[in-house]
Amino acid sequence: MNENLFASFATPTMMGLPIVILIIMFPSILFPSSNRLINNRLISIQQWLVQLTSKQMMTIHNNKGQTWTLMLMSLILFIGSTNLLGLLPHSFTPTTQLSMNLGMAIPLWAGTVFMGFRHKTKAALAHFLPQGTPIFLIPMLVIIETISLFIQPMALAVRLTANITAGHLLIHLIGGATLALMDISPSTALITFIILILLTILEFAVAMIQAYVFTLLVSLYLHDNT
Amino acid sequence: MNVKIEELPRSILMWDFIPKGITGVFQRGSYRYYNKYVNKKGSLTGVSMVLAVYVLFNYILPFLQGTQT
Repeated sequence: MNENLFASFATPTMMGLPIVILIIMFPSILFPSSNRLINNRLISIQQWLVQLTSKQMMTIHNNKGQTWTLMLMSLILFIGSTNLLGLLPHSFTPTTQLSMNLGMAIPLWAGTVFMGFRHKTKAALAHFLPQGTPIFLIPMLVIIETISLFIQPMALAVRLTANITAGHLLIHLIGGATLALMDISPSTALITFIILILLTILEFAVAMIQAYVFTLLVSLYLHDNT
Repeated sequence: MNVKIEELPRSILMWDFIPKGITGVFQRGSYRYYNKYVNKKGSLTGVSMVLAVYVLFNYILPFLQGTQT
């Protein structure tokens, strides 16, 4: 039972070859590019969604921050599509692996921090001490602010990993419970089945919300630093 | 193909598997699939066929991993 529960999070191999890279590249097939002014339905819907999201997310930034638009839009598209594809049966979700989320969070956060230190050094250093602190609290507060700065990438990565992994585990557990209850008491199995349906709807929402939260926080760190 | 059946093995031996040729095969195949099923009014069928093949592939995957079922 234990082995079965976590076996779906093992990186997939096919006859010894790791195919996890192919699975990470798979969502890009679902976003075709086009050379025309008026496109087919699929591309038009995707372009409309990207314009809606980019307008909502990038208007708060100045010119320097808006150079990150391409990065943030591809980020939200990648995390959203990967999370949604992970809800298909038997599929592997790359964002359940902490290694991958750390690989996304640390470079992006470090990029915003270095940009802030390079262009606005005094303002970036001033973030370490909030205004109006009593003098005797200053050393402790600088330490606390430093720790809270360095925890930001860890929090970004672990938040995404934990949310998606927990959702998948809950679906596995409640689905297994429904199957086991079908022989014992069909009415209880019906209740667990309804819970499973509600949970799946929640997981669809969580998949998209987590992508949005990740990207929004990176954009917030960018706004602080530009 | 512009080859007679008797000369097929000899012509296959003359293929050179350069990366550009292999990517050309995949590109042409995917363009054909895209133009036939996705680049139309009903692009939902094209996308859902791709997703169905993805689900089936992930189902078959444990059976291809040696002795693990």
